[in-house]
Amino acid sequence: MTVGLVVVSHSRKIAEGAVELAAQMAPDVRFYPVGGTDDGRIGTDLERVAAAFDAGLGEASGDGVVVLTDLGSAVMTAESAAEFCSEPDKVLLADAPVVEGLVAAAVAAQGGATAAEVKAAAEAVRFGPEPAFGPAGTAGSQGRGEPADSGEFELINPMGMHARPAAKIAGGLAGMDVEATVNGADGTSIMELMSLAVGKGDKLRIEAWGKDSSKAVDYVRRLVEQGFGEI
Amino acid sequence: MGLGVEWAVDWLTLSARRIAEHREELIALDRAIGDSDHGENMDRGFQAVMEKLAQSPPETPGAALKLAAMALMSKVGGAAGPLYGTAYLRAATALGESTDIDAAALAGALTAARDGIVARGKAVLGDKTMVDAWSPAVEAADEVLAAGGDAVAVLAAAAEAAEVGAVTTDPLVARKGRASYLGERSAGHRDPGAASSALLLRAAATAAGFPEGSAE
Repeated sequence: MTVGLVVVSHSRKIAEGAVELAAQMAPDVRFYPVGGTDDGRIGTDLERVAAAFDAGLGEASGDGVVVLTDLGSAVMTAESAAEFCSEPDKVLLADAPVVEGLVAAAVAAQGGATAAEVKAAAEAVRFGPEPAFGPAGTAGSQGRGEPADSGEFELINPMGMHARPAAKIAGGLAGMDVEATVNGADGTSIMELMSLAVGKGDKLRIEAWGKDSSKAVDYVRRLVEQGFGEI
Repeated sequence: MGLGVEWAVDWLTLSARRIAEHREELIALDRAIGDSDHGENMDRGFQAVMEKLAQSPPETPGAALKLAAMALMSKVGGAAGPLYGTAYLRAATALGESTDIDAAALAGALTAARDGIVARGKAVLGDKTMVDAWSPAVEAADEVLAAGGDAVAVLAAAAEAAEVGAVTTDPLVARKGRASYLGERSAGHRDPGAASSALLLRAAATAAGFPEGSAE
């Protein structure tokens, strides 16, 4: 079982749409979209948000729920609702954009990450690459010395690197204690990975620094070898 | 003799009436710099407060404010829900089980309410938010308390300062909330949350028996 994910939006359509998108990449993750008021208007409803937190804590049976919010008052409603729910300490609000953050969180949750790791995966999207990384293609090993671990793998899935593989790589790496580049791009950035535009038959080179570097290389190797689950 | 549960219920009842009377005005203020739902949201929220008061009449002022907090948080919909909800909830906690609220307890409750709004919304004085009404109100209440004023005088001073505070938001550029997306264009309009805060604090003073003045 995995960490549950709650989306709090002013709009029912945004909450449900973001969940629809992210659920494609995370079939085992439980999502709780809460959008709009109980009479169908734009707004947020504390009672329903608190109920979603409790449902997530009770059903999803990870070590907590991670919450994505849209505009300011959704954050305030989520914070208030957390105070009212059964286990406030297990409700983690991610400071991340709803769509990209939810996708990264979903992929991390699907991979069995803890609530804190899922939150970190969502927030890595928002804060983007470390300043030292530089733009895609230039990071390499400059200033960081030789990578602790690395690997090069040929893409075998017919679609190559597109949104879903990028999200799987980024989400998984964001939950690890590692700095990693893929063909020079920040391994935790879905956008940078997608912009690599590598197709079937092209090679992905991952270089990793930090405690989880061998785990990170192994993670990417497995994804590539399994064709990102697309074959 | 301080203020009891009758005052709290009268305050909420009068708040509901004042918000309904000023509904269009709040909508117009929010249309200028926000999403134009503040008047409607607050009206719906206070109607829910009135329903809950009728269903389960509270026995203490704290219970009355807690009931209002829950209704507002669930029914307002916009940012005002968690903000006012937190304010009333913190005030209720500060008042505890007391059924006879003196000037000091009242000033303490106002401070707790203001601190709740600041904690929830992370706004500071001058951000063009309801904090610009609440902070001067708390300061004025504390001054009257220090000068030996009674509960009614504390509320009257708070109401007066909140009204002045709301007016001071007119030229400000919003740094929090939906209006902050407008940047410089938010200047020249009163903050709707500060305006509704002034209405609510005036209602508190009126319910305590202070004669209505410029608010009418």
